Amino acid sequence: MSLTSTLTDTAQIVTVNAERIDAAMAIQFKEDMRAATDGGHDRVVLDLSTVEFIDSSGLGAIVAAMKQLGGGRRLDLAGLSPMVDKVFRLTRMDTVFKLYPTLDEAMAADGQ
Amino acid sequence: MVETFACSFQATELDARDGIGCVVEKLRALGMSETRAGEVRIALAEAVNNVVEHAYAGRAPGDVRIRCNLDNEQLWISIWDAGMPLPDNRLPPGNPADVSGPIEDLPEGGFGWFLIRELTSDIQYQRANGSNELSLCFEVELKNR
Repeated sequence: MSLTSTLTDTAQIVTVNAERIDAAMAIQFKEDMRAATDGGHDRVVLDLSTVEFIDSSGLGAIVAAMKQLGGGRRLDLAGLSPMVDKVFRLTRMDTVFKLYPTLDEAMAADGQ
Repeated sequence: MVETFACSFQATELDARDGIGCVVEKLRALGMSETRAGEVRIALAEAVNNVVEHAYAGRAPGDVRIRCNLDNEQLWISIWDAGMPLPDNRLPPGNPADVSGPIEDLPEGGFGWFLIRELTSDIQYQRANGSNELSLCFEVELKNR
């Protein structure tokens, strides 16, 4: 798994290069997110387009990634596959995160 | 139509991932929809993660055996392990995690049993002869049958 980070004028985009965020990689994901988002824009958009599956460990790692941003910064999620979307909705995490079907829609929304 | 198949693997995170993947591929090949197979995968992954992280916690990873029984209406998946029993020898309630508080108080775990209960229509648990058998039932509709 790797993360790719891109800075735009208004946000930092972090792209997950992996098919899954599961128990086997949740801790690595959380640590990589900490390194990738240290400083920078208040708005971080996590692009999950390549991720086909997450389990509860992966969900917990994404929650942890938002918590460790701190200081009023926020993590929005983009490109959720049907199964990833389902896990967020079942656990009511769709009420915590802003979810966008695609990265383009997330960037068009500009955090508003 | 009744299809029965089985697989087994060591209780490590990576072997579990492969074992779960095999089961889900087989279900797709037998005509289960992408959506339903995905839901089965979510519940099965949580159940097997529990075995890896809790039943075999603090000891060498043991075996996990999975047996599936699929007919035209139901899928039963039995997961067997020789690890520690569930707390109090019974199924956890699987209450939803509270996500209503401020961000710093959000839970980072405790979603697993809730997801399993949401996605299954029946769950049975048996502790016998030093091993656990957890059976999950899913209602299914198969294509091309």
